[in-house]
Amino acid sequence: MQLDILTLAYIIGSVTFILGLKMLSNPLSARKGNLIAAGGMSIAIFSTIFLYETEDGQGLHNYVWIFSGLIIGSIVGTLAAKKVKMTAMPEMVSMFNGMGGACAALISAVEFDHVYREFRLDSNSFAAVVPFGHYFTISAGAIIGGVSFAGSMIAWGKLNGRIKDFTFKGQHIVNLLVFGFILVVAGLTYWSNTSVTNIWFLVTILTALVYGVMFVLPIGGADMPVVISLLNSFTGVAAACGGFLYNNKVMLTGGILVGAAGTLLTILMCKAMNRSLMNVLVGSFGTHAVAAGGAAKQAGSYKEISVTDAAMLMSYAKKVFIVPGYGLAVAQAQHTCHELEKLLEEKGVEVKYAIHPVAGRMPGHMNVLLAEADVSYDKLLEMENANDEFKSTDVVLILGANDVVNPAAKNDPSSPIYGMPILEVEQAKTVIVNKRSMKPGYAGIENDLFYQPKTSMLFGDAKAALQKLITEIKNI
Amino acid sequence: MENILQFITENQQMIYIVILMIFLGIEVIGRVPSVLHTPLMSGANAIHGVVIIGAIIVLGKASTDNYLALVLGFLAVVLGTLNVVGGFVVTDRMLEMFKKKK
Repeated sequence: MQLDILTLAYIIGSVTFILGLKMLSNPLSARKGNLIAAGGMSIAIFSTIFLYETEDGQGLHNYVWIFSGLIIGSIVGTLAAKKVKMTAMPEMVSMFNGMGGACAALISAVEFDHVYREFRLDSNSFAAVVPFGHYFTISAGAIIGGVSFAGSMIAWGKLNGRIKDFTFKGQHIVNLLVFGFILVVAGLTYWSNTSVTNIWFLVTILTALVYGVMFVLPIGGADMPVVISLLNSFTGVAAACGGFLYNNKVMLTGGILVGAAGTLLTILMCKAMNRSLMNVLVGSFGTHAVAAGGAAKQAGSYKEISVTDAAMLMSYAKKVFIVPGYGLAVAQAQHTCHELEKLLEEKGVEVKYAIHPVAGRMPGHMNVLLAEADVSYDKLLEMENANDEFKSTDVVLILGANDVVNPAAKNDPSSPIYGMPILEVEQAKTVIVNKRSMKPGYAGIENDLFYQPKTSMLFGDAKAALQKLITEIKNI
Repeated sequence: MENILQFITENQQMIYIVILMIFLGIEVIGRVPSVLHTPLMSGANAIHGVVIIGAIIVLGKASTDNYLALVLGFLAVVLGTLNVVGGFVVTDRMLEMFKKKK
């Protein structure tokens, strides 16, 4: 009876996960979908605590440990998730993902310890007593979980700027070697004498951690969302290993579901940036060549605009479009941006935002960011609609966006971003570009837009520049 | 070889689940708009927190004098809960922002 209820609870859990994911991929039902999945998760967790029985019919014990763990985790998790700034969302997700990976690795470690204690005295090697399938799931959970944990921590560090990109020649070969080494050690654990099995297992986990670090280190900071999505699906697979281990179907469904959906999502994210997953993962090779090609082309001259002139232009315009990009997110300038928008509206200027789907290199980033600053949603125009309106626009103000407005995507077939849909800002009467310097954007390619006669540059940090603009406009 | 075949027979239910879930996972999110990529990633992140169940089982089964297992299991439960609770709360916060759209 007890076990039957547990089975039912797991079925409910699995269904809510599928429904939740389905609903999460539609803007109207997304929030409900998240809550449904959370509900199913709670049912699965609490039924496990109270109804789970081991093979010999015993319930679980150590309730004090279990509940203190749950309470500590819940409090810390809720606080962290509530306090985190909107701009730091991806690194938070990465952190949580790492926790899940570590959890999977620890489960494998405990399970290994369990098996090891049982057999260490009465046999020569694991191969003689432990079925290969059982060992394989333990080992896979430990390795994948370890890689996911270490990789997520590096991704987290990169996103908040604590860890810098680090590449050396032949890094991909070294990485392959490390990966091969993991497999060898995992094999040694199984086939070597039980007196050293535990040491080899420890080495397996440690190498997995090293591999996680090496895997993420060379990938550029701006590509971290893609990497996090990939590691996310890794953790899913690690969770599924746990499902195999305990013949637990809800873990298996949840894990594989996320593993598959996460992989597809990773590919979709790459597609939205018009790149392949391979290009993101081994990108550190390509970028140098591209940057060199771009530098050779850099021949034109650009013109600068003073804050006063920019303020003048904008306050006497009829229609102003703001194009936000990564620079806005980095400078945390969304509130200042909203202030500028309100100020211009008071002066009778029509202000709208043009949102490129991958502006900020994190899909949906700009929507979330501007929503946080209370910018009303009907002011945010998606790319197609914005492109229709640029013709009748007087001033386009670009805030730290680069590749998404690069005309090379339309007219230079040799450009790496050729074919990516862009915001066609050059159709407007004037373009003001706010950037910190003339350095090329993330993709490492020169932007002809900056050298066009109707474009002028307003250098400086997005927030500082916007504040100066606001002061100037008030003085007019 | 015999080992592997035996493993497949013993776990055939599980293997069927794996295969079906792979297709389902791909099917279910196939048409997601790019605005929702980040919340979807975050939501999926919370769902793989289901690994917490394994942590609970491991900790709940550990014998009371095996401190290594107790400590590691306890740590696993804490981290797993962080993943689940933090994951769902963060996703909800992100999606809260999107609600103003309509």
